[in-house]
Amino acid sequence: MPQLISIAGLSVAFSGVPVLRGVDLALQKGEALGLVGESGSGKSVTWLAALGLLPRHAQVSGSVRLDGREILGAPAPELDQVRGGRVAMIFQDPASALNPVLTIRKQLCEALALHRDLQGNAVKAEARRLLDLVGIPDAGRRLEAYPHEFSGGQIQRIMIAMALAGNPDLLIADEPTTALDATIQAQILELLSTVRRELGMAMVLISHDLGVVAENCDRVAVMYAGRIVEEAPSNQLFADPVHPYAQGLIGALPPLDGPRRRLTAIPGTVPDPAHMPSGCAFAPRCTLAAEPCGLSAPSLAPIADGRAVACIRAEASRRALLGIAAE
Amino acid sequence: MGRYFAIRIGRAALTIVLVVTFAFVVLRLSGDPALMILGPEAPPEVLAAFRKAWGLDDPIWFQYLDYFGAIAKGELGRSMRDGRPAIELVLERIPATLALTLPAFAFKIALGIPAGIYAALHRGSAIDRVVMMTAVAGFTVPSFVLALLLVLVFAVQLGWLPSGGQDSWRHAILPIATLSLGGAAVLARFTRSAMLEVLGQPYIRTASAKGVPWRKVVTSHALPNAAIPTVTILGFMVGTLIAGAVVVESVFSWPGVGRLLVVAVANRDLAVVQCILLLVAMTMVTSNLIVDFLYGFLDPRLRAKEGHA
Repeated sequence: MPQLISIAGLSVAFSGVPVLRGVDLALQKGEALGLVGESGSGKSVTWLAALGLLPRHAQVSGSVRLDGREILGAPAPELDQVRGGRVAMIFQDPASALNPVLTIRKQLCEALALHRDLQGNAVKAEARRLLDLVGIPDAGRRLEAYPHEFSGGQIQRIMIAMALAGNPDLLIADEPTTALDATIQAQILELLSTVRRELGMAMVLISHDLGVVAENCDRVAVMYAGRIVEEAPSNQLFADPVHPYAQGLIGALPPLDGPRRRLTAIPGTVPDPAHMPSGCAFAPRCTLAAEPCGLSAPSLAPIADGRAVACIRAEASRRALLGIAAE
Repeated sequence: MGRYFAIRIGRAALTIVLVVTFAFVVLRLSGDPALMILGPEAPPEVLAAFRKAWGLDDPIWFQYLDYFGAIAKGELGRSMRDGRPAIELVLERIPATLALTLPAFAFKIALGIPAGIYAALHRGSAIDRVVMMTAVAGFTVPSFVLALLLVLVFAVQLGWLPSGGQDSWRHAILPIATLSLGGAAVLARFTRSAMLEVLGQPYIRTASAKGVPWRKVVTSHALPNAAIPTVTILGFMVGTLIAGAVVVESVFSWPGVGRLLVVAVANRDLAVVQCILLLVAMTMVTSNLIVDFLYGFLDPRLRAKEGHA
């Protein structure tokens, strides 16, 4: 399958403090990728940086290619065409994601006018169709309403409609359901996977909820302290995580079936970005850490077809998981 | 909606009543008008006759009710100094004051708002720092200091402009400049912080993520939101159009309402002072009402609340 977007060596620093430390990630057309990790691990920053949406004082370096064309540092008019037109993004907090003083029609039609060749009544008709598509009842009348007249779940639906307005090839969903009730959460995820399937759109689902990612994504990348530490097809990652951090994350999930077991927690806390340990950032919390772990940060290396991990103790870690005494 | 504004207007009326009452009480407590106008050497029977003529020997609550009764009938009393209706004295001064405050108001907006927006959009730049330093200076330097400084430079040293009086348009330049600079500084600061607040909101990022060009993000997404707090400050400024130039008019000997107020207070010319205060209270209250209307117009969330009220 042809590559849609590829990110290489993407680094971001805020006033000299690195928050993203060389991210490599590629996505194929129509693929659904999950991006998981704790808050502050760089999941959202990766995509905000890729689309040039970070504040100006952020220092960004690396490469982001969309269909082979470099978009990092591209001129503003070109980026404006990419944003919303090729790559759309929806955000976490529905309450503040829409402009409170503009009607839904204004905000939706704005996106349509920017990316679609529609005139006059066709714009409004398309806006109505999109609202229908995302399940906002009485779309014609609701177009004239303001954001505060909708619930959080409805706003997230409108955000999805707005994201779809430009017929994007890729939708970045940044914790789209974190601020919503569990039942609404399920509806929004259902909606996302339906539109994705129907429109053949690729999707990046950023979440700290492993369950959400497991259900909705083909492939998962685990981030820790500004780096990707493991990448694998979803089913394989959940069945057989290799990186000790990924193991820790999955070990902290209650199993749905099988005997009840004690949930494990990862000891310690995420390192402060201003005082990163030399070498592997996870080493201070890692039960398998050995002396070489502190020397240099391991790079993401393939271990099997479609799988990669950034850990020099990967083999030991795998054996430990399988219950084989390490060495 | 109707009830909402009925409540607002009721509150506005109450504010005016309170202001007038306060002025009445303070002025009556602070000295005897008969003594102030006729002088301490006046014979007692003249003082008594003066008090009787102006109703100053009636019980204070009676004077108060009498005063309100007269206001209700549209009579604001007569000046104790020359016997002319107070309202006439005040009204004939208003054009002179507006000749300073209206152009100053326009300059404040024309200078302050663009400077604030520019500073917010180029936060941390050299221009931002210059704008903010100027704004802090304009904010903290009292208008009489600024006025004297301008006189010193442009009238005394350079001799370009007159230092006081009202003979030509050139006489208006320094007073207008004094009023404009301070106000523009206040406005620039508020506009800047309102803009910065709005630019940090998630919906601005949403608009950018949609592919809206930055210029349009600023004009159609940020400005309408930043207008809401800015309108509050503008409302205060409209409220000071009548009596906001007291100090400046005094420094530049400009015969406006502000000067009249200073003279009337010094002379305990009760009717005139009360008339001016009533006028000021009414401008303030009216401009607040206008601001309330504008809020409803600018912010659909408030419209909704009004609908339920």
